[in-house]
Amino acid sequence: MDTNTLIFLAMLLPTLAMFGNMGFHNKPDLRDGFTFICAVLTFTSVVAILSNVGNATTEEISLFEVFPGLDIAFNVEPLGLLFALVASGLWIVTHVYGLGYMRSNNESHHARFFACFSGAIASAIGIAFAANMFTLFLFYEILTISTYPLVAHKGTPEAIRGARIYLGVLIGSSIALQLTAVIWTYTLAGTLDFTQGGILEGKVSGVLVPILLGLYAFGIGKAALMPFHKWLPAAMVAPTPVSALLHAVAVVKAGVFTMLKVGIYIFGIDFLAETGASEWLMWLAAYSIIAASVIAMQQDNLKKRLAYSTVSQLSYITLGMALATQMGVLGGGMHIAMHAVGKITLFMCAGAIYVATHKTEISQMQGLGRVMPITFAAFLIGALSIIGLPPLGGSWSKWLLMVGAADAGHQIMIGVLMLSSLLNVAYLLPIVGRGFFLKDATNNAVVGIREAPLLVWLPPALTAVGCVIMFFYAGHIQAFLMPITGVVR
Amino acid sequence: MEFILGHLNYWFVIVLMMTGLYIVISRGNLVKKIVGLNVFQVSVFMLYISIGKVTGGTAPIFPTDLQGKIQIDPTIVYSNPLPHVLILTAIVVGIATTSLGLALIVRIREEYNTIEEQDILDQDAATAHAENLAHGDAMGGRA
Amino acid sequence: MSSEAQHVALSLQDHLPVLQVLIPFLAGPLIVLLGSRTLAWPVAFIASFAAFVCSGLLLSQVMNGGFISYHIGGWAPPLGIEYRVDAANALVLLLISGISTVVLPFAKPSVADEIPQRHHTLFYATFMLCLTGLLGVVITGDAFNVFVFLEISSLSTYVLVAKGASKDRRALSAAYDYLIMGTIGATFFVIGLGLLYMATGTLNMADMADRIAALGTNRTVQAGFAFIIIGMGLKAAMFPLHHWLPNAYNYAPSAVTAFLAATATKAAIYVMLRFMFSVFQPDFVLDMGATWIIGLLAVIAMFVASFIAVFQNNFKRMLAYSSIAQIGYMLLGISMFNLNGLTATMVHLFNHGITKAALFMAVGALVLRTGTTFYDRIAGMGRVMPFTGAAVVVGGLSLIGVPGTAGFISKWVLVQAAFDNGWWWMALAIMASSLLAVIYVWRIVEALYLHAPNPEAEHQEAPLMMLGPIWIMAGACVWFGFDTELTLGTARTAAEALLAGSAGMAEIPTAAMH
Repeated sequence: MDTNTLIFLAMLLPTLAMFGNMGFHNKPDLRDGFTFICAVLTFTSVVAILSNVGNATTEEISLFEVFPGLDIAFNVEPLGLLFALVASGLWIVTHVYGLGYMRSNNESHHARFFACFSGAIASAIGIAFAANMFTLFLFYEILTISTYPLVAHKGTPEAIRGARIYLGVLIGSSIALQLTAVIWTYTLAGTLDFTQGGILEGKVSGVLVPILLGLYAFGIGKAALMPFHKWLPAAMVAPTPVSALLHAVAVVKAGVFTMLKVGIYIFGIDFLAETGASEWLMWLAAYSIIAASVIAMQQDNLKKRLAYSTVSQLSYITLGMALATQMGVLGGGMHIAMHAVGKITLFMCAGAIYVATHKTEISQMQGLGRVMPITFAAFLIGALSIIGLPPLGGSWSKWLLMVGAADAGHQIMIGVLMLSSLLNVAYLLPIVGRGFFLKDATNNAVVGIREAPLLVWLPPALTAVGCVIMFFYAGHIQAFLMPITGVVR
Repeated sequence: MEFILGHLNYWFVIVLMMTGLYIVISRGNLVKKIVGLNVFQVSVFMLYISIGKVTGGTAPIFPTDLQGKIQIDPTIVYSNPLPHVLILTAIVVGIATTSLGLALIVRIREEYNTIEEQDILDQDAATAHAENLAHGDAMGGRA
Repeated sequence: MSSEAQHVALSLQDHLPVLQVLIPFLAGPLIVLLGSRTLAWPVAFIASFAAFVCSGLLLSQVMNGGFISYHIGGWAPPLGIEYRVDAANALVLLLISGISTVVLPFAKPSVADEIPQRHHTLFYATFMLCLTGLLGVVITGDAFNVFVFLEISSLSTYVLVAKGASKDRRALSAAYDYLIMGTIGATFFVIGLGLLYMATGTLNMADMADRIAALGTNRTVQAGFAFIIIGMGLKAAMFPLHHWLPNAYNYAPSAVTAFLAATATKAAIYVMLRFMFSVFQPDFVLDMGATWIIGLLAVIAMFVASFIAVFQNNFKRMLAYSSIAQIGYMLLGISMFNLNGLTATMVHLFNHGITKAALFMAVGALVLRTGTTFYDRIAGMGRVMPFTGAAVVVGGLSLIGVPGTAGFISKWVLVQAAFDNGWWWMALAIMASSLLAVIYVWRIVEALYLHAPNPEAEHQEAPLMMLGPIWIMAGACVWFGFDTELTLGTARTAAEALLAGSAGMAEIPTAAMH
């Protein structure tokens, strides 16, 4: 099949899954099976695109013109392809996990849940293959709206409040700041196409460059750059599969992906480096990294802690863009994949613990490791990957980021990254330690607790293995991403 | 002085206009408001009619001869008939407005048992207050 | 020029401009004369549909520039009354007749529910008159004719609003207030016309424009300009002259609100545009400093009215305040005073019309099932009325200006206009005011979906007669978010024509044009 068909297929299949879920809402097995098939086929089409084009960039296909110079268009380029691979691949895993989680946890409204879930994936793929900022923005907003019902899923006052913050921050920042920036860019450059080397060079100068970059950086609320990070912890009221895929992979990665796209293809890294417009962003990202880690240490709720950890890790990618060096951008791009696999493992483990014990607070998790060894082992591997220790995937992206910082002449950023690693150790490893080594005072809590059902523990185990595999294939990913820096063409 | 006398019609119109507008705003009685509105409108009619007048002009009626042919005498100055025609339309509109206003007042009296604006406002405020109590006051609502 | 010869050449198509107004105008009395309750609705619908076809045909002729000049009764302007159709008013005509055609099917069940049976015949007759008035205001090229049609539409509007009295007596006082305010506004407009007539001695807009240009500015013309803008501002609910609007919209029957909200204020905005740009030249407007005043009031409206909307607990009233804010966007487009700004005004006129029609009709469907529009009573109805609820969400998104909806397109062009002027802070202000829209829209979405359905309400989806129109409009909100050929294209042509100033007197009437 040719690449264009495959692109549409990759977006169509999740959409089909969405309608399938709505249509078969009272036939659970048919519905879930159908979604699973769609998920596998989606991943297959993305892989087929990969085998078709490798890491080349395809011609853009324009769906139709909304108004002159502004069309809904798609193309394939390495960064987007990587994002699509990560999102669609992890969708399969998460769908299996979600089935186990939702069924064994007796959550309600399964059809609505999986329908919105599939809709979110469809829009994430749309973001990945968007050929211009307008298309990207369109899918960005659809992603926000389709995930809103997932956050509000439980319907409790707490969930509604969380969903309100979620929507308020994401829609608010994107409409007030990002859209302004997009229209501004369009007025300046007359186009919004993602172009190698950027479209803004020579079109804007002086203090307006950092202002425009600021509108983008804060407007892309999904990247959770401080102070626009509040929505992420708030979204943790959602069921864990949502937190796992959307708030560790699809939604937040859509944010930083947009950030990278803007940095590389709208501004152009050379332009950013020349003007120094992104320097302030670098400092802010560094602050975000440290501050979020510190806040994470104070959280007792496991998912909240992971959420703040995500905030911190997302800023790595923003930092990579803000460094405006080739290695920095590469490191940022690679971190999208590495962090996705690592963090989804952690979230799925958190969900598995919740399913098995209904415990959400870290302080209650004494001794659980001994009764749920697989879950905790997977958690350990995921945590080590996030920390960035070899032989796990996360080490490579962090390494590249450090090289990028050195290239940019900001050696202090290496220090920031090292410090952050230490903080990661400090807030992630105690959870594992508590699980394996601490005994509960009464020892009652552990009695009668067993490993969560197969469908719930298997997926994190698989992604944990994935973390290890990614370590050995990091070179391939790096070579694959190389074209985005504009070096090897 | 010349300025005042020369624009006498405008002064009348302005006084009438302001009187009308003042009545609309200041009176609480709904019927009186309609009266004020009428005065206000009529002042505008006067404005139009007065500007149609051409000094020394006569009524714009062309004399015809026995065959019905129009005899135009270029020495005769006619007043401008167009504003009169316009105002004829405007008068019709004005009457329609007045009658509709009065009809509304009749219905208001049936429902509220008063034609004083303040009483109506009070009653409406009471209703609105009761509604707010029932349906959640502004922000204190459930939604 | 010999009008005899041209009369021969006129075909039915050349009579479209007058048919546009004449069909609904005759339908009104016809409904009364037939006096049959069963026939009233079909007659009204057919007339409205015919008007819609007329406007479609007219728009297709002028979409790419140029204009049609039609002489009523064969009397050549400036003495005779001229109907003049160009891209700007053809778009508004299409909006008005289209909305009326869509709202009428919706009105059937809604009116049956909200208005006593013995009033039905008169209701549809009045509705037709209102449609006539609005179409006439927009199509005519004669300044005094504008006033006459304006009063036809206003008087019938007062009646239509007052029809809400059988549900809530406050409709009467709302209608009365509207009558007083509306009449004052219309009278202001006439005063302005009188002053212009004194200065120019003509009532044909194009002729007036030529003469004002020749005459240069003087006090009389300036005063006339001010009176006209204020008079029309009242009709258009320009902040702070909007006082009549929330009550009138809130207490009027649902079908009336849907129709009025989508059309009445839009017609007034159009007249304002027409006078500012075609009668007075753009330069004159700039000299008057009118853009600054209008722009300032527009920005205040955007924030204040949106802010008030956030705190409402009544869906219909919330939408009414949102309308005032949205009118602010249109006025802001005028005050930008560049091509994109005027395009934004024209396109938002259309897009906001369809958005509000969808939303107000959805309100009507909720009223049918729950009896009220208070948030606590319509709570949870999104679950039992999924299609109505979804339409509210689509309309709401369009109101916010989320991409993929019509509202986004207008906001895009408006912000672009701000950047064209180098007002990037204004662009931020526009977007910031959209945030208020996010809040008030999301309050209603939460009310509709995140609560248990009100047990007293009738738990049933709205009838197809209502859902159809609602979804035609909601679908249009999405459609025009992607396909902007019709809206944006026409709006741009219109804006170009407006900015070029008056097209001058038409030397060649319709027939010779093609």
